[in-house]
Amino acid sequence: MQWWEYLLKYGKVFLMGGAVCFIGQLLINRTKMTSARILVTFLLLGVVLEAVGVFSHIKEWGGAGITVPITGFGSSLAKGAIDGSKISLFHAVTFGLASVSAGLTAAIVCGFLVALIFKSKPKKL
Amino acid sequence: MDGKAYCEYVSKTAPRTAELKTLLAAFCVGGVICMLGQGFTDLYAYLLPQAEESLVGSLTSMTMIFLGALFTGLGIYDKIGSVAGAGSIVPITGFANSIASPAMEFRKEGIVFGLMAKMFVIAGPVIVTGVVSSVIVGVIYRVIAVA
Amino acid sequence: MRIGKHTFAPNGGVYVVNTASIAGPNEGRGRYGSYYDAVLVDHDWDCKTHEKTEIKMHKYAIEQVIEKSGLGREEIDCIVGGDLLNQLVASTFAAREFEIPCLGVYSACASFGEALAVSSFLLGGGNMDNVVCCTGSHFGAVERQFRYPLELGTQPAPSSQYTVTAAGAALLSTKKRQGVPRLEMCTVGKIVDFHICDANNMGAAMAPAAADTILTHLKDSGRGEDYYDYIFTGDLGKYGRETLHYLCKKQGFDLSGCLNDCGALIFADEQKDMQGGSGAGCLAAVFCSYIYKEMCAGSMKKVLLVPTGALLSKGSSLQGESIPGIAHAVALEI
Repeated sequence: MQWWEYLLKYGKVFLMGGAVCFIGQLLINRTKMTSARILVTFLLLGVVLEAVGVFSHIKEWGGAGITVPITGFGSSLAKGAIDGSKISLFHAVTFGLASVSAGLTAAIVCGFLVALIFKSKPKKL
Repeated sequence: MDGKAYCEYVSKTAPRTAELKTLLAAFCVGGVICMLGQGFTDLYAYLLPQAEESLVGSLTSMTMIFLGALFTGLGIYDKIGSVAGAGSIVPITGFANSIASPAMEFRKEGIVFGLMAKMFVIAGPVIVTGVVSSVIVGVIYRVIAVA
Repeated sequence: MRIGKHTFAPNGGVYVVNTASIAGPNEGRGRYGSYYDAVLVDHDWDCKTHEKTEIKMHKYAIEQVIEKSGLGREEIDCIVGGDLLNQLVASTFAAREFEIPCLGVYSACASFGEALAVSSFLLGGGNMDNVVCCTGSHFGAVERQFRYPLELGTQPAPSSQYTVTAAGAALLSTKKRQGVPRLEMCTVGKIVDFHICDANNMGAAMAPAAADTILTHLKDSGRGEDYYDYIFTGDLGKYGRETLHYLCKKQGFDLSGCLNDCGALIFADEQKDMQGGSGAGCLAAVFCSYIYKEMCAGSMKKVLLVPTGALLSKGSSLQGESIPGIAHAVALEI
């Protein structure tokens, strides 16, 4: 790949990721949503986009701009469930969580270790 | 003056969020975090040329989550968040922050009833929503596949 | 002795003999940094948790105020304390070290007002001679109870306030002393609910209660709007202070000459405190340092303290309850 191709690719990622967060901020400013609600909303958005088959098209253009936000987590869940549904009902029900096991494991283990090592502090005014 | 008139007065005069500034900050920080994620994706794809796309994706997620948790522990993530807002909440690093920060906070009540029990006070709804919705999607797709 | 509807004056003199205050590092950099008896270098003060730090701060304030007054611990009849933590663990746990009878009071951030009012009843009724009032708050301890973990990356709402890390103690006595303020009367406030539901806008939730209590006090005592040199509300913040002006003007009172707010004042202008400080320690610390010292020095003569509190719990907000306010007024003169 040429240098300008990289520039274009990363530019698209920046725009895509920025746009997703922009919408999130708009929701925070207008509706006073808390961070848990924002995360839930965007996760559901990812699930829905994947379920209706749009997510892969967005990902083709925006790359990590749509997979790094929590929408990517939702998409993985839905994608796992869809893949599992081709095998059996059992797989349809369990493959969703299995497909995000890496991220979830990392989050739990990192959270656990960080909490053992560090202490929370009020910030300086 | 009654409650209703007062609430109207307050909603009209209460200090508002600086819309343009917060939106711009969210856009820029969110974009940069995603670019960082793309960087890790490309790095892992380069290091592991035989790897499937899903493995590269998982490794990227794990790396971003690790960084999110680490920056939370170092006391940097909340500072980024106070400026960036959704720009640092929506990326997967924000999910890591929402797990690591209550774990750190409630560590004082002990490992079992503090750290472990309170770890999911914010991220719990996210996981529940994700699992329930994925099951719904899976069942619908299975029904369609059988039919 | 009852005056008007909700105002009570002690029978005989009640004097604020001494005060002591302690503040956190952010407050130490604030407007009254040089007035506090002690300023913490960090938020922990060598304690494992912020709750323990708060207990230690209460203990320090109580110890200091007794020591300064020259009285022995056995001469103190009661400690009246309050804080924001569940089951009042900070003020009552601090009092366990003293072997002095203890009463716990809760009016959220207006607890210092309730403590002064209760003390004036105890002293003015002739039952006791020396009472210590102490209230405080700690940012870290309050934040985890009412809001979020400290390290969660959220944006502070522009209408929100920063809970102060501070404690203040005042020793009230029936024995007359020269050059100290006299507690003249107290107006016990009603719970006023104008149905504000935004937990990030406490100033707006508390302003109606403050207006109600101030106007009741003026009516009960028959005093005009220019009687007091200063009226200090508790922690309405900058926006809440404007709202209070507006509410008073609506009722035909112009308090712009004397009204100010401890929450709006406690931090310096260059500190990014949004609307200012809040918490049970806010008015307590400002009164027990700046206001008390200025009164003893004679630069303030007639002061009305109106600590304000927003009544809510994490659960009550989630259950869709609004945030009622409360305010008590305490008149001091020298």
